[in-house]
Amino acid sequence: MNDKRSARVVVVTSGKGGVGKTTSTAALGAALAQRGDKVVVIDFDVGLRNLDLVLGAERRVVFDLINVIHGVAKLPQALIRDKRLENLYLLPASQTRDKDALTEEGVAKVIAELRSKFDWIICDSPAGIERGATLAMRYADTAIVVTNPEVSSVRDSDRIIGLLDSKTDKAERGECVDKHLLITRYQPWRAARGEILTIDDVLEILSIPLVGIIPESEEVLRASNVGTPVTLNNASSAPARAYFDAARRLKGEEIPMHIPSDSRGILNKLFGRKAA
Amino acid sequence: MNLFKLFRRGTAPIARERLQILLAHERNARSQPDLLGVLREEILALISRHVSFNPDKVQIKMDRGKSVSTLAVDIEIPNTVPLMYQKAI
Repeated sequence: MNDKRSARVVVVTSGKGGVGKTTSTAALGAALAQRGDKVVVIDFDVGLRNLDLVLGAERRVVFDLINVIHGVAKLPQALIRDKRLENLYLLPASQTRDKDALTEEGVAKVIAELRSKFDWIICDSPAGIERGATLAMRYADTAIVVTNPEVSSVRDSDRIIGLLDSKTDKAERGECVDKHLLITRYQPWRAARGEILTIDDVLEILSIPLVGIIPESEEVLRASNVGTPVTLNNASSAPARAYFDAARRLKGEEIPMHIPSDSRGILNKLFGRKAA
Repeated sequence: MNLFKLFRRGTAPIARERLQILLAHERNARSQPDLLGVLREEILALISRHVSFNPDKVQIKMDRGKSVSTLAVDIEIPNTVPLMYQKAI
């Protein structure tokens, strides 16, 4: 590994569980690596790790983040290189310890060491607002707030935005974490019927810029079933394209936002089946 | 699709309105620490060590004036034997 890089630290966070943080971390990490950037994804969900599983690396975990923090293993020993994407690495969480094994100094040291070796450090935050979540966002330059268009998710995202503005290293230095909204599990047919909050509703309430809209899709489920990020498993599917666009926006490109529309046929509409 | 709109109105506007009201309140609370809540908790903890009372029969009010503010604590205490003497019996 050469040491000439200077990584951007991104936290993928939400407050609420089950909204798609781990899926999005895997998909965005892979999308950036597919475009040639060198990426490491870190699982901060100590005790309930899953990023290894979603990336199909669950049987290759030997050492983890806690081992590195406690000096049991060196960082290069704990990093797992993806078998399909040579630019993508995983630093797994410990499955046997609890979140108290994470220390602020330890996390700071690991991130500092990774910064010079990667272009992107993507931290997959656990749900909640406790230690694991606050440490995942602690050293972030950029935050991706993952939100479902649903009341409890939007409320929790608002709370997380408050924490990003007060409890991060950047906030304490008087700077601002660059925040982006990623709307996931968006169901256009429900939005059209007025059953769920619209994109505009969520944007108006949370008032942070939108980085992507990921449609609800069985492709996402299929990808996690086989342990492959959706951008790699089916690169032309709607969610994969949305993740590729989001990755390009993260890199600063300006591309028009594609709002998923109801693309089901008349029969599916009548029987209320989900679109792919 | 439009048939659906004719027969039932979506509930999303209700969700939006409830969120807007709730978040306006929560953001306001976040920006100023809950002084009254802290005072209430500590005062009640102190008093409950010496007398028993119904926590529902407690009123704590703060009036902020220009130069001075007042804190009014109103606790209804039933006319029974105080805790400290109960222990002795």
